[in-house]
Amino acid sequence: MKAKHQRLILALVALCGVAGAGVLAASALRDEAAYFRTPVEVQGGKAAVGEAMRLGGMVAKGSIERQADGLTIRFVATDGKASVPVEYKGIVPDLFGEESGMVADGRMRADGTFVADRILAKHDERYMPPQMGEMPKNMKAPAGV
Amino acid sequence: MHAYANPTRFLAIAKPLTPWLLGVGLLLVLGGAWAGLALVPGDYKQGETARILYVHVPSAWLGMGGWTSLAIAGLIQLVWRHPLSGIAARAIAVPGMLFTALCLATGSIWGRPTWGTWWEWDGRMTSMLVLLFLYAGFIALTSGDDGQRQGGSLSRGAAIYALVGAINIPIINRSVVWWNSLHQGPSITLGGSSIDGALLWPLGLTVLGFSLLFGAIVLMRMRRIIADNRVTARLRRLADDEGA
Repeated sequence: MKAKHQRLILALVALCGVAGAGVLAASALRDEAAYFRTPVEVQGGKAAVGEAMRLGGMVAKGSIERQADGLTIRFVATDGKASVPVEYKGIVPDLFGEESGMVADGRMRADGTFVADRILAKHDERYMPPQMGEMPKNMKAPAGV
Repeated sequence: MHAYANPTRFLAIAKPLTPWLLGVGLLLVLGGAWAGLALVPGDYKQGETARILYVHVPSAWLGMGGWTSLAIAGLIQLVWRHPLSGIAARAIAVPGMLFTALCLATGSIWGRPTWGTWWEWDGRMTSMLVLLFLYAGFIALTSGDDGQRQGGSLSRGAAIYALVGAINIPIINRSVVWWNSLHQGPSITLGGSSIDGALLWPLGLTVLGFSLLFGAIVLMRMRRIIADNRVTARLRRLADDEGA
């Protein structure tokens, strides 16, 4: 066996080791590296009352209610399997709207409402021109346009 | 492949190739940018903000592609000890880091109006920032060493660093799939594109154009390193002759 073959095998074995370690670390981090928790996880008991956390989900259709003070909004965050009511006082990003994604910073209140201090809009991976004559079947019509 | 590992043969190809890569790359980037900014409509939801895509996506591709090539060069250096591979790795590091920074900057500028924040520590953004730091580390490792005496080849440490750092590339790619993240999932996959065709075609032009420009920059930097090495070698010979 030539020296360069030895080096090649050694390098490849080391590379596999490093890749394996990386995959193990990544899967171990599955929960910790998640940027937010979903309504299913929250209802499954992964959120203690009063613990600071992020909740991510879709804003349920027809759920946004503006309160009398004009600043506070209430809506329902859903992931299709579970939903969590959210209350937020402040200004939301332009892209925040029904049937689109959002991520909220805040904590659970004892009554099961998530009280948000901050709301971010989550964009999905679709990009389309505004006047598409016929939208593909798997795309929903944009809300509020 | 071995035949092109010889610097003289490499130069004979690189020299005429550089202006072509540079010229065609510039044309494609300018054409793609013009089409992306002026010709195609804005996105149905984001409006004009979506147009930053035409710079952001090529930057991300070249930042990650740059490190992938750098790691391959590191492997070739470790195993076959071709002098050109070390030179290539050195030449790739700076433009790779530049495009990674450009990707982070354009993403941040896009994130402010879209998400409502300049920066969040989600999986995609954090792993991309790690890539920027990896580039900085590689540049620091290779800029103060005695590479010039070794004809530009990498030290073993730097080559191993390049290989180990490559583990971050699949992590960046998969970060939006493995973990809940603020960054959206992949728009373009092997299965197709969720960017509508009307908005997609300028992206093809800018991705190809920036890639050719990247190639031109790398070739120019490689030629400069080879020229530097030759000057150093000649000066040393002259000094030796005088000393004798």
